[in-house]
Amino acid sequence: MKNKAGDKIKENQARIMLLQGDEAVVEGGLVAGASFFAGYPITPASEIAEGFAEKLPALGGKFIQMEDEIASMGCVIGASLAGEKAITATSGPGFSLKQENLGLGIMVEAPCVVVNVQRVGPSTGLPTSPSQGDVMQARWGTHGDHPIIALSPSTVKETIDLTIKSFNMAEKYRIPVILLLDEIVGHMREKVRIPSAAEVEIVERKRPRPEDREEFNPYQETEDHIPPMPDYGQGFRYHSTGLFHDKTGFPRGKSEDARLLMDRLMAKIDENLDDIILLEDDLKGDEEVVVLSYGSTARSAISAVTRARQEGLKAGWVKLMTVWPFAEDYVARLADRVKEIVVPELNRGQLIGEVERAACGQAGISGIHRYDGTIIPPDEILDKIKEVS
Amino acid sequence: MKRKEIRLSGAGGQGMILAGIILAESSLFDPELYVVQTQSYGPESRGGATRAEVIVSREPIDYPKVVKADILVCLTAESLNKYGQEVAAGGVVIADDSFAGEDYSPPEGVEFYSLPIIAKARDEIGLEVTANMVALGAVDHFLPEIDSDCLEQAIEKRVPEGTEEKNLAAFRTGQQLLSARV
Repeated sequence: MKNKAGDKIKENQARIMLLQGDEAVVEGGLVAGASFFAGYPITPASEIAEGFAEKLPALGGKFIQMEDEIASMGCVIGASLAGEKAITATSGPGFSLKQENLGLGIMVEAPCVVVNVQRVGPSTGLPTSPSQGDVMQARWGTHGDHPIIALSPSTVKETIDLTIKSFNMAEKYRIPVILLLDEIVGHMREKVRIPSAAEVEIVERKRPRPEDREEFNPYQETEDHIPPMPDYGQGFRYHSTGLFHDKTGFPRGKSEDARLLMDRLMAKIDENLDDIILLEDDLKGDEEVVVLSYGSTARSAISAVTRARQEGLKAGWVKLMTVWPFAEDYVARLADRVKEIVVPELNRGQLIGEVERAACGQAGISGIHRYDGTIIPPDEILDKIKEVS
Repeated sequence: MKRKEIRLSGAGGQGMILAGIILAESSLFDPELYVVQTQSYGPESRGGATRAEVIVSREPIDYPKVVKADILVCLTAESLNKYGQEVAAGGVVIADDSFAGEDYSPPEGVEFYSLPIIAKARDEIGLEVTANMVALGAVDHFLPEIDSDCLEQAIEKRVPEGTEEKNLAAFRTGQQLLSARV
């Protein structure tokens, strides 16, 4: 089993370092066993490419700077099919370019990690300023119905942990996983402990047994809906296509195949929501107002809630680490028992629509939105908590 | 310990961001100290006003930006104009004496030090670019949370190879600027 980079890292001890969020993606990726990076540099994600360029070759992995983001994404899918743990990193403009091949990755079920360090868009927007404007693009950027997993860290430590989780979920569910940073988290430095690979759970994709070579069907339905995946070149007959295909991997142009494959792609995620949806909350049970946020905005939210409580207000916070699939059931239960859910976001209102849908009128929902490249200060959230209490 | 907010500001090229990183890195030697460092990016960090922010605390740090600085360092008149009023009561402002003087009045309860930071770097160390380390030496005086030795180790680790001695000398010169006065 290939895990070249990871094996080397395992020999290392855990280390305490001052790291940027972007650098934490590199360190977390290496702990998870990342062995391949293809990408095109872009602010504020360039430090990720720089880090992998420096470290991967020395560990026996590969780094390729591609001609653009479309090719980068294709390259990552190819490396994944060949058995590598592959990752790419970009920001808004590049993320738009990756969308078509992201759909291909979902269709051929290629485990990989796509990092988007969000900056203000559309277009080249504000290159050096934070945003959470790609939340919906992460969900619906590629065409057609499809499952997706997107994780979003709020601290450098969480960036390490969620990078490892991104690789693990990609391998486990055979799906591209999107890691949504924002410029604040990507560029801030924090003191963190980088774990050794021996301390954390590292997931490897399920591979077929050598004796299954003769009768092998690469997209055979299984109990968990996740077919075992051989590395290209290991003697398994294996066809990959973006067309709807049957268990052999070849397209037959039948509507039944399209329905069965789509249902299986969705089922492998839908039946594992408890494993995939990661969130943290600080609720005492008597909250009137709960602030729900993700990414760097969660830090302002936590600060605001702490101060609101000091002032005697009944407030709590929820921090989503998994943005997609959305924590619908959790929010529905929350809405049943609180008066108001406040959703601060660095966009004109994206995830708040999901909160409204899940809350279904059971609680008031208020947004705080910034889209000028500045972070939401705790005062603004505190004022909102007071206003709706 | 309540969080302590430090803002280092100046012009692009004066090394305030490096000083911020060194300050943050010096916290690695204390396992119980949390630290967050952020900085200005983009065109402004390449010529215009530039700033690095460091927050240290004994508790996990939520909001990562400076709200009101407990320590503000300004190496240009522009940065003193911009940030001079965003200082917490009980805090200190340290500015270069080449411009800081009559037209600045600190907020109430804030101590103001106008020091020959750039002049010392230029005349005593012989390298004006070490003004950032002179400034860091002055900051050290107001940072009992971080051991001076830890700052020196962080300087040695981060400055360009071969310039360690000059930078350490600049840091110590900065330390003396205040111990001589306060």
